[in-house]
Amino acid sequence: MRDEKKYGMVIDLDKCTGCGACMVACMAENNVPFKEDESNKLDSITWMRVYKLTNEKPFPEADICYIPRPCMHCEADHGHSPCVSVCPATATDYSLRTGIVSQIYSRCIGCRYCMVACPYHARYFNWWDPVWPSDMEKYLSPNVSPRMRGVVEKCSFCFHRYQLAMDKAFLEKRRELKENEYQTACAQACPADAITFGDLNNPEHAVQQLVRPDRKNGGRTKHPRAFRLLERLGTNPKIYYLSSREWVRRAGDNYLKKENKTLSGRST
Amino acid sequence: MIPSIFEWIWDMSHIVFMGGLWLSLVTIGTGLIYCIIRAVLDTINKTAEPHFNE
Amino acid sequence: MDNALIPKEVKRCPFSQFIILLGPVVGVLLLGVFAMSLVWLKGLNQTNMNDAYGFAAWIWADLTVIALGGGAFFTGFLRYIIGKDELKNIINYAVLIGVICYSSALLILGIDIGQPLRGWFIFWHANVHSMLTEVAFCLTVYLGVLIIEFVPLIMENRQIDRVPFFHHLGHRMHEIMAVFAATGAYLSFFHQGSLGGVAGVLFGRPFAFREGVFIWPWTFFLFTWSAAAVGPCFTMLITRITEKITQKKLVKENVIQLLAKISGWMLTTYIIAKIIDTWYWAAVTAPSKGFTLMDFYSNNPLYGIWILVVEIVIFGVVPAAILIIEKGRRHPILFITAVVLAVLGVCLNRWVMVLQVMAVPVLPFEGWPMYFPSWQEIATTMIPVTYGIVFISLAYRYLPIFPQEQELNPMGQMGPGEQEKPSILSDRKLRSAET
Repeated sequence: MRDEKKYGMVIDLDKCTGCGACMVACMAENNVPFKEDESNKLDSITWMRVYKLTNEKPFPEADICYIPRPCMHCEADHGHSPCVSVCPATATDYSLRTGIVSQIYSRCIGCRYCMVACPYHARYFNWWDPVWPSDMEKYLSPNVSPRMRGVVEKCSFCFHRYQLAMDKAFLEKRRELKENEYQTACAQACPADAITFGDLNNPEHAVQQLVRPDRKNGGRTKHPRAFRLLERLGTNPKIYYLSSREWVRRAGDNYLKKENKTLSGRST
Repeated sequence: MIPSIFEWIWDMSHIVFMGGLWLSLVTIGTGLIYCIIRAVLDTINKTAEPHFNE
Repeated sequence: MDNALIPKEVKRCPFSQFIILLGPVVGVLLLGVFAMSLVWLKGLNQTNMNDAYGFAAWIWADLTVIALGGGAFFTGFLRYIIGKDELKNIINYAVLIGVICYSSALLILGIDIGQPLRGWFIFWHANVHSMLTEVAFCLTVYLGVLIIEFVPLIMENRQIDRVPFFHHLGHRMHEIMAVFAATGAYLSFFHQGSLGGVAGVLFGRPFAFREGVFIWPWTFFLFTWSAAAVGPCFTMLITRITEKITQKKLVKENVIQLLAKISGWMLTTYIIAKIIDTWYWAAVTAPSKGFTLMDFYSNNPLYGIWILVVEIVIFGVVPAAILIIEKGRRHPILFITAVVLAVLGVCLNRWVMVLQVMAVPVLPFEGWPMYFPSWQEIATTMIPVTYGIVFISLAYRYLPIFPQEQELNPMGQMGPGEQEKPSILSDRKLRSAET
């Protein structure tokens, strides 16, 4: 049996400039619907969302950091991601072959329990039917089905690209993909090369070399610059962040006061 | 819900959960059918029972 | 006009008065139906829910009415399984309230999902690991059981009872009601618990998450226990309200006292368990995720520590203490205070386990999102109340809901003040005089 894959991402926050190219690329690639007024972020859809953090210190120590946040494609220690196990209609699934959490739009009943379960707010509900400006429908990606009103959607790690790459490999009588054959739109769009994508189980892939996740220990890493969001919840995200700044690393999780929470950040 | 659905797996979770469900449904269904059959027989045989409001 | 349908030997108000007094309630009900139609036609954008508040007022209403409807299963359990025979005098009403609560809950679920036409996917493509699946299954089947328990009562309507088949069917169903009641208790135990499990399994939400036994978090047992404790309180409260409106004694005091005593002890044990659970969660579970207790109750405009104190002490310890002390539950004002507080307690608990779970930020760089329901949500949430009033009014008028009504209100005698205060359900005239 072939070795299972765990696709994941490493995002170097020291490189991220917060330009938002990843968000734009994601929306274009995945036919993400938008509203005329996107100012209310509580009901707009952003599979990839860039948060702006500040250390809340006055000049000259004031500092900011941008954190791009796609779906974390969690696989907790007990094998469940927070969202997959709660879906009553089996409309979301965790692939043991790729480590990707999928969403089946035509199966979703729109109960939103998965959104409630996700601590990262990575899941979005279609409160309206998607409406694109005239002629823009011609620019939609034919590889990704647009979603209808009343269902939940989220980052899929551009799964259609994986399918296309696998189709091509199959025709060439291959079973394995090369690292550059399957890359997400956000990773390719990042002008600062802050996003690295690949198989966390494959020692030849850059993501594995960057963070060297401990496979037997929920993918935890001992890399001094690396952290994952809300690691203490035990969700075992497959998105790793790198930062040389301690306050940024500590801003990724919750700490008790006695744990010396002096360098936490806040989004603006 | 039934084994012919493609996502059905013969594991302990499905057996216990769906077993409990079908046991309840069968109990309720059997009870209802019993009542209906007995009521039909009572009606045919004109079994005498005091009316509720009498 | 409808005299032929009204049970014998009881008094009911004239039909015209009944319709007039019910009119405003039906008006509010129709507003709710209009709001519900808007949601079905235009989608959930008619609500003030958003991506931070995936669950909101409706899920709270859902959890609350199911808990309050728990009187049906627990009273049925006590009556048919434990053998508390006195409770046969209130079981009809408990079942009626249960039917209202559970049918409302299913209706709300049907409104709350984004794709109502796919609702059957929960059953067909069931994920057996989801607490919501268990809720949907048990809730639907249990509503069926409640309807089965309610059917014999419909058969007792004067005109329906004349049809031999219905008459016999009612009798036969009465005969094996223990089987249905046992099945109902079994189903209720699981779905009441699963509603607690819905929040308790959320290991990504430290405010909701609880450890537990096997697959069941502690909230599973707390929800079942609280529903069993407070459900009968709600039945007693509605009974008292009905007695007040009809100006009649409908259930003998010994029946109420028995139920109040059992409810009191259930509430006492529940609140002890709740205090232990809260302590363990605050001292062990939450800190292990990086949260202190006060992180959940500060830096926001609404959710202060007062909410926890009110839920446990005012709405928990106080009613439990009143109900387990005989003098307390026999005192009319203390009794009604206790059942009202207990009912409010379960409402608040369900609010906290739905709305506050949504509000507490988990990502350290996010704030508390606040939420207020839209008028469509409020109007729709009113449906169970208005529909319940209409249902109870119709059932009281045409069905012998209270077996002790005739004995407690012999024909020819009117209650004090009955002449002066017309009410929606009471009668001005002797029904025999009308006929």
